[in-house]
Amino acid sequence: MPYVPHTDDDVRRALAAIGVDDVDDLFADVPAEILDPPLDLPEPMDEVALLAHLDALAALDQQAVPTFLGGGVRRHFIPAVTPRLAMQGEFVTAYTPYQAEVAQGVLQSTFEFQTMMSELTGLPIANASMYDGASAVAEAALLAVRQTHRETVMVSRAVHPETREVLQTYLWPLDIDIEVVDLEPSLTTPVPAVGDHVAALIVQDPNHLGYLEDMPAMAAAAHAAGALLIAVVDPLALAVLREPGSYGADVAVGDGQVLGVPMQFGGPAFGFMVVTDGLLRQLPGRLVGQTSDVDGRRAFVLTLQAREQHIRRSKAKSNICSNHQLAALLATVNMAALGPTGLREMAEGTVRRAHQLAAALRAAGADVAANERFFAEFVLRTRAEGATVRRRLAKRGVRAGVPVPAEYGIGNGVTLAATELTTDADVEALLAALHDVGELGVVGTEVVA
Amino acid sequence: MSDFPLVFERGAAGRRAARPPVTDGASMAELLGEEALRADPPRLPEVSELDLVRHYTQLAHRQFSIDGNFYPLGSCTMKYNPKLHEDAAERFLDLHPYQDPDHAQGILALLHDLQRDLATITGMDAISLQPAAGAHGELTGILMIRAYHEANGEGEQRRVVICPDGAHGTNPATASMAGYDVVEVPTGPDGEVDIEAFEAALGPDTAAVMLTNPNTLGIFERRILRMSEAAHAVGAQLYYDGANLNAVVGRARPGDMGFDVVHLNLHKTFTTPHGGGGPGTGPVGVKAHLAPYLPVPLVAREGDRYVLDAERPRSIGRMRSFYGNVGNLVRAYAYIRTLGAEGLRRVSSMAVLNANYLRVKMKEAGFTIAFDRVNMHEFVAQPPAGMRTLDIAKALLDHGVHPMTVYFPLIVKEAMMVEPTETESLETLDAYAATLAEVLRRAEADPAYLAEAPRHTPVRRLDETTAARKPVLRHGFGDL
Ligand SMILES: Cc1ncc(COP(=O)(O)O)c(C=O)c1O
Repeated sequence: MPYVPHTDDDVRRALAAIGVDDVDDLFADVPAEILDPPLDLPEPMDEVALLAHLDALAALDQQAVPTFLGGGVRRHFIPAVTPRLAMQGEFVTAYTPYQAEVAQGVLQSTFEFQTMMSELTGLPIANASMYDGASAVAEAALLAVRQTHRETVMVSRAVHPETREVLQTYLWPLDIDIEVVDLEPSLTTPVPAVGDHVAALIVQDPNHLGYLEDMPAMAAAAHAAGALLIAVVDPLALAVLREPGSYGADVAVGDGQVLGVPMQFGGPAFGFMVVTDGLLRQLPGRLVGQTSDVDGRRAFVLTLQAREQHIRRSKAKSNICSNHQLAALLATVNMAALGPTGLREMAEGTVRRAHQLAAALRAAGADVAANERFFAEFVLRTRAEGATVRRRLAKRGVRAGVPVPAEYGIGNGVTLAATELTTDADVEALLAALHDVGELGVVGTEVVA
Repeated sequence: MSDFPLVFERGAAGRRAARPPVTDGASMAELLGEEALRADPPRLPEVSELDLVRHYTQLAHRQFSIDGNFYPLGSCTMKYNPKLHEDAAERFLDLHPYQDPDHAQGILALLHDLQRDLATITGMDAISLQPAAGAHGELTGILMIRAYHEANGEGEQRRVVICPDGAHGTNPATASMAGYDVVEVPTGPDGEVDIEAFEAALGPDTAAVMLTNPNTLGIFERRILRMSEAAHAVGAQLYYDGANLNAVVGRARPGDMGFDVVHLNLHKTFTTPHGGGGPGTGPVGVKAHLAPYLPVPLVAREGDRYVLDAERPRSIGRMRSFYGNVGNLVRAYAYIRTLGAEGLRRVSSMAVLNANYLRVKMKEAGFTIAFDRVNMHEFVAQPPAGMRTLDIAKALLDHGVHPMTVYFPLIVKEAMMVEPTETESLETLDAYAATLAEVLRRAEADPAYLAEAPRHTPVRRLDETTAARKPVLRHGFGDL
């Protein structure tokens, strides 16, 4: 089913109009020695067989069980109305809105998105989205380098390890140095001494292990050295936590999955970047602006494109072209559905459920890290290695435990996340499973399973 | 005429569409400390569910789409996006990237087999599914080439990436992001890269050559094997921008053309939806000598299990978090598994047939074809003398069809780049050609016709100058 409408008659009619005898004549420019190689692909399936095949694969994957996984992606409430509206064919099958007169749907909803991201972060200018949080952080670092003409960035070790790896990949070819700030025993970032060779200080709040950072102090330390503060934020947390604009962050970046995008094994969600007015000309990615049409009606259009690759080519601020518009639309509709109250309730529910979980674990004799200032997740020290604990819990029907990497120096451990969707029954299931695998209580021998 | 409202301008304080489960308990100040909290709530919309539904349904109606009508944007491959693929993707929504891999064997098997099938289709040895879009794949590929040259002790020497002057903007922009200088080579009178200029540009400083084949004029580079030999003779690596693979998918492979690295735009050839600008998905394939540099992790098979292999010491590292745009990878997998090799051959065959048919029809309608010869999946036309492409594009909007890509590639004046794709019928192409002829006829009869178009779209021509001079990039809530 190649979705091709051509009948044999159509093909004959088209060939006659073109003035060739055979479709292969149209491929005459392709060197004969490389045309039509044998392709060893599986035999095609019809619709019913395909879905049966996918069902069989999906059955091997743990879904819809109690879930306590975080580390950048979480299961949150997504009302039914959100995907129904955002995934309408008109949005799903549109291209980049280059013909504004017939693309007001995408353009206006993107303007609404930019407004919402600006409101959440307290910074004025949001772009139309990036690929994901990690690449947005890397792009933010490049922005800081362009803006300050300095060639070092400083990053907290509590920034998500994968984000730091992406940062490293992006900065390596440009010879930009990375200085890493180590953590305190509280698993938070000390206010570092920022040198005047530093373009930006990058701090994640809440950090990768879940804990809140002293962001106003970070901003002061960065600014005293003439560096930018890049705040890597959880946009749902910003329904309750102080917003980057309020403490003087220059750039707020992050991943939008928690705002209404299904987990999908980690993608696609979207990245966002929101900056101060002074950084507008350095901003990568698409921007939608408000204007009017010849009849004086308000209308929206892609603007300030001279920053972008299709105009500026090798001098562009970034090579980004396609972004993650449809995922950003999911977030836009979702925030509009929830409103300020619903979003706050989700954030509060997340904080309360996470704190209740930590208390329940402590009560059951688990070794929960001491820091109480966490948003959705926190560290549990474990007897077995983190990945082993995770596998043992999975066997007992619970998805929990992102392993804490060795670089944090806490020995064996995992992070556990709760959200507003966590139920008392979920917590019971986790406690029972942890008990089963010998991670609760002061006594007990290693259980192997 | 009144303005179409923003979602912020609908509803009333206190309304909302959706309620999450609510958990009571300690206050945020008690749990997190007063100083951690924001002072004022974000000003988000407060609308009822029906307000919300009407708002985004009406916005959808103000949006052109493939589902709605013909959308022949050159270089974009606006083919039909099967509804079946949406059902396919829904089966894998609740998977967490950090769940135990032993309990994610189904999705890992799917990704593993997709790596294998994309390697087969492109003629490459290994595939990474990680890049998020075409441009992201380009950066991945050029960084791998950089790492390869550095490992060979040629990192300092090789400073230049060569692109044709017709290249897409992401190609030179990518080369810059990877720390390279860009050298452009001209297009010859036949619409192919000027081979003498190309060979003269190659040298010991060349790191990579970035090409797409067919090129951005829709013309197949007949001398590709010679170009590849010449590039390799000076130690350069050949990069294939896969944006135009729809022309040859199933029938010719970049690997066989001599390319060392290729990225695919799954949102073009493999019909994952464009989503109003993204998410795309840009897997990268390489020949064996570059495989050690692929980003981590790869999906690998160990015995009877699938694993995420991140222990690859020569890897360039990660390009993004997690494993890729998995939702779209599932869609592309569904496409390949339902088409098979024969189906893919038919895709490119009919894409090329349709494009040549429309070329002939547009010529009959009075357009000039830049480099008039048999083309592949797309071609570049020009309007009759004295008319502007922009005006014709706007007039087309009044006829309910979408214009072609305009003013790209930059090397053709008033360029109109047309790519009908294989999923359109000849009736649709005939109607488009007839509409174009009608637009020319009316333009000749009445000069105001073009200047005032479009008349019937949700909004008419926009003041783009003011948008850029006095940027308004967010709603002001009446107080900005
Ligand atoms: C020839 C060519 N190369 C590269 C790209 C960039 O792809 P993406 O938008 O997925 O980054 C495009 C897309 O428009 C293209 O047409």
